[in-house]
Amino acid sequence: MTTTHSVTHDPKAGEDEAVVAPNQRDDSITTPPWIYAVLLVGLFLVVIPFVWMLISSFKPEAEVRAVPPTWWPETLTLDNYDRLFTQLDFPTYFMNSVIVALSVTVGNVVFCSMLGYALAKLSFPGKKLMFVIVLGTLMVPGVVTFIPLFVLTTKMGLSNTLIGMILPFMAAPFGVFLMRQYISALPDELIQAARIDGAGELRIFASVILPLCGPALATLGILTFLGSWNNFLWPLVVAQTEDKYTLPVALALYAVGQNATQYGLLLAGSVVVVIPVLVLFLFLQRHIMQGIAMTGIK
Amino acid sequence: MSTTHQQQGQRGSEVDSPDRGDKPRSAGGPSPSRHVDPTRRQQAIAAWALALPFTLLFLAFTLGPVLASLGMSVTDMRRVDIRTPFGVNFVGLDNFTKLIEDPLFRKVTLNTLLYLVLGVPLTMAIALFVAVLVNRVNRLKGFFRVGYYLPVVTSIVAVSVVWKYLYRDNGGLFNTVLSWVGVDGPGWLDSTTLALPSLVLMAAWRNFGTLFVIFLAGLQTIPKELNEAAEVDGANGWGRFRHITLPMLRPVMLFGAVITGIGYLQFFEEAFIMTHGGPLDSTRSVTFYTFDQFGFGNLGYAAAASYLLFLAIVVLTFVQFRLLGDREDKVKR
Repeated sequence: MTTTHSVTHDPKAGEDEAVVAPNQRDDSITTPPWIYAVLLVGLFLVVIPFVWMLISSFKPEAEVRAVPPTWWPETLTLDNYDRLFTQLDFPTYFMNSVIVALSVTVGNVVFCSMLGYALAKLSFPGKKLMFVIVLGTLMVPGVVTFIPLFVLTTKMGLSNTLIGMILPFMAAPFGVFLMRQYISALPDELIQAARIDGAGELRIFASVILPLCGPALATLGILTFLGSWNNFLWPLVVAQTEDKYTLPVALALYAVGQNATQYGLLLAGSVVVVIPVLVLFLFLQRHIMQGIAMTGIK
Repeated sequence: MSTTHQQQGQRGSEVDSPDRGDKPRSAGGPSPSRHVDPTRRQQAIAAWALALPFTLLFLAFTLGPVLASLGMSVTDMRRVDIRTPFGVNFVGLDNFTKLIEDPLFRKVTLNTLLYLVLGVPLTMAIALFVAVLVNRVNRLKGFFRVGYYLPVVTSIVAVSVVWKYLYRDNGGLFNTVLSWVGVDGPGWLDSTTLALPSLVLMAAWRNFGTLFVIFLAGLQTIPKELNEAAEVDGANGWGRFRHITLPMLRPVMLFGAVITGIGYLQFFEEAFIMTHGGPLDSTRSVTFYTFDQFGFGNLGYAAAASYLLFLAIVVLTFVQFRLLGDREDKVKR
């Protein structure tokens, strides 16, 4: 699900809103304990699938399918993870996912900030039209574009290549929208001063504007990386041989193929897909929460 | 700190005037970029240089395909025609009439609407419930916000694998827990009536975190004085929720309904992994159907199906933004 909306135009305000709640901070009324109890139970329900995934992935295949299930592995084993390497080729899928996600992220961070700056601070013919068209494609579902994209990448000789997976996602409207919002809020005086000092337009972008865009670039980078890491439909269409699978493609095809009942293996595979992004999220959650406040996008 | 209504208002004005960034300059005093031609031309050249890489990629891989898909939808293009894409026949609206007459397409359309009408209220209700509670706690707020958001960042493919395991008939976590209270749990994913709601439940678990964070930000903009005044007037907790919280959150909730609705209209991966569209096509969605037709090589026909979905998304968004716009007018008045 990818959709957009601007909730606030001033990134700084968004930051405050997401991180602190001034009207709640000084609240002298104590919270009834039952609220904490309900929230803790709710949180338990939210994380239990991850906990169960992790626990079960360390059980031998027979125990994974035991009725009734064992709560803690009777035999702790790394066998399932071992099979990801021997029976399947998870290191390759993992590297493919990393290469695709990083390339898509770099592309979006570079190209979207360039256009975002032009739309926010420069005047040029065609600006309004471009903004409307880019914004208009924000809600186009992936299923509409994937068929012509398949024809196009096949024609370009890019089917079953990582480049074929990366290129179509390197310039996403969402990033332009986010960068434009952020750069609009930067003071014009900075640019005027740099112009008076004789700096060229491209120079101003590179050495005045970009250094101030840290928070927005971080948010864009993280959200793009997560989106690409979890992306499924397009890599599924492009990848035709196993050596080009990304993690979600490999996991999905094994889950619906002849390995469908090998839960131990599939759960270990899920751990490999899920745990890196959960760790990444826990370290960088501040930027993601800011991003949601800035744009209302996940 | 801006209020919810201001946020929505700003959004509207932003869209209307994309070159807002220029206004302070043109309004306040002499501006070299506005009045001196050579500088202005320089600026335009620089702007186009900056815009060029994105524009080329965007034309080739986003705008081009959107238009090409529309073009393909009125042809009989098949996979074998990729070598000679312009050698295909124009068939007018044949694909669309064939779709509407196809019983399977009618079924997947109905399923997709079910995903929408079950999924949106459930996801929003969970998100609102959690947001209202988290808004009331003084401690651990950040902890809860991160915790409840966790599922959103995870791969749908991976969580579908995990939930398929949880939903297992014998030995699945759900049915094991149900057996403690003497309930003989059903085969959740094997039943034509239960499979679709089971997928919706999982999707709600995976997706509510986004809405929760948005609702929480909305709740924090409601002035405390409103609730205090209502309390003095004798309003109980439910009354305050009904008459203060809900009306104040309305714009945020309509926006939440739009993005959640767009998501459920594109439902696919969960069904692909957990039920393969079955049993008896009871979980097959429009996107799934499109993907199948693409797999059969019916590119023109699949493009037509995808455009009907696109149309549904545009209509849904338009209707809901109209509702949202009306609301804003009332507030301004």
